[in-house]
Amino acid sequence: MRAYRLICAMWVRSLMAYRLSFALTAFGNFAVSAFDFAAILLMFSQVDRLGGYSLAEIAFLYGASCTAFGLADLSLGSMGRLGKRVRDGTLDTLLVRPAPVIAQVAADRFGLHRIGRLTQGALVLTYALVILDIDWTVVKVLTLPVMLLSGAGIFGALFVAGAAFQFVARDAAEVQNAFTYGGTTLLQYPPTVFAKELVRGVTFVLPLAFVNWLPALYILGRPYPLDLPVWTAFTPPLVAAGCLALAGLAWRTGLRSYRSTGS
Amino acid sequence: MGTDLIELDGVEKVFDVRRKTGFLRRERHEVRAVDGISFTVPRGEMVGYIGPNGAGKSTTIKMLTGILTPSGGRLRVAGIDPSRERTRLARRIGVVFGQRTTLWWDLPLIDSYRLMHRMYRIPDARYRENLDRCVELLELGALLDVPVRQLSLGQRMRGDIAAALLHDPEVLYLDEPTIGLDVISKAKVREFLRDLNTQSGTTVLLTTHDLTDIEQLCKRVMVIDHGRLMYDGPLAGLHEVGESERTLIVDLERELPPIEVESRGW
Repeated sequence: MRAYRLICAMWVRSLMAYRLSFALTAFGNFAVSAFDFAAILLMFSQVDRLGGYSLAEIAFLYGASCTAFGLADLSLGSMGRLGKRVRDGTLDTLLVRPAPVIAQVAADRFGLHRIGRLTQGALVLTYALVILDIDWTVVKVLTLPVMLLSGAGIFGALFVAGAAFQFVARDAAEVQNAFTYGGTTLLQYPPTVFAKELVRGVTFVLPLAFVNWLPALYILGRPYPLDLPVWTAFTPPLVAAGCLALAGLAWRTGLRSYRSTGS
Repeated sequence: MGTDLIELDGVEKVFDVRRKTGFLRRERHEVRAVDGISFTVPRGEMVGYIGPNGAGKSTTIKMLTGILTPSGGRLRVAGIDPSRERTRLARRIGVVFGQRTTLWWDLPLIDSYRLMHRMYRIPDARYRENLDRCVELLELGALLDVPVRQLSLGQRMRGDIAAALLHDPEVLYLDEPTIGLDVISKAKVREFLRDLNTQSGTTVLLTTHDLTDIEQLCKRVMVIDHGRLMYDGPLAGLHEVGESERTLIVDLERELPPIEVESRGW
């Protein structure tokens, strides 16, 4: 954690040497993410409801998914570069430093511009919370931050697992992107617009549904997909912990295979 | 054996290499990169480790730093098993890879050093002292604020050597530290390493293709080929071993008149 902070601080300093460039890339990151939401707005100019959900409700799902993903992307998104380091052998230079490799890889070229996506997600989420008419209870208020953090944990686990996979398949960054970027786009829409098989897949196989669907539908007071029981809204922290543990295991296995095969 | 800083006993490294022999068909075969090497290096010694490309030099260094896990044998550096306690060992060793830098490419040189300072938790006074000494001896003063990517190869190498020494390592591994350097840069690097070894007593293990490095720096040299240790002893002895008869066949592009060959030894 300390090494992670040190290296991140270093990259931020170097980034700030080119403030304009930083501002532009951060804005670009914001804009790319905002286009997704523009697409949703465009759809709602033609229809009033999508899969039975209003614009405000979808904005809530969108904001929750984007914020959770943005948090994970900001802190761990750099791990996608691991494959390159494995290929050109520069991973070796990280292995001779007295800090965990995972912290060094996560902080490698720490991209503060990714804050653009996070900001955009947070803005949409705020917008949704303002216009939505929710019967707030203490439990619902607590569910909100827990949802965002657990969601970030689940996406973070995907980043770590994806990086671990790159020890074996060095060009696998795209596969990981399909799950991370693809996942967050999927979660921006309510489960009712997707086929049951897909919803089942992202609930039981790749537990993306726990990022925002289940807790958000609880807050919105909407029926759950697949007739899941109500208490599943409170399971995301457990799911996130489980995913992170599995991802950590995958990482260790990947690193061990690298250390025994070399490059 | 208490004074031996590096101990290797029958160390092996076997790679599984898969070669494509057809569509989806692969042939597996083993490559013994390091095939049962044993040697010890006492504290304060400076040893040359030489051999042709692919002989297993870098693989040995990678095992000594904990980057690679040996397939067999026993290996200790400062009493530590490198592959098991890699991060603990990292504080006590310095590594310079001639072919790749450990410095931060886009940032000024001094930033890399500041990061080393904090990452290795080097006491402030120690850090100042070591940095000042390296800056002076390696002539880095004018380079500290230059981004690493703008440095010449020789400058970068000196920068890398300084980075590897800020935390007072007991042993310094140098993997081809003079590769690609011009004569003047080579001389500077050698002079610095010699002083480092005599004054600070740092143990140095050096791989190189440049025999002049060895001649000027190391009393002891180890030769490795096909993963085996072929020679271990003083440099002078190596010349005797190499004195066997050799045949040199030269294929000429076209017919040329015979030339006189004069033997001058080497």
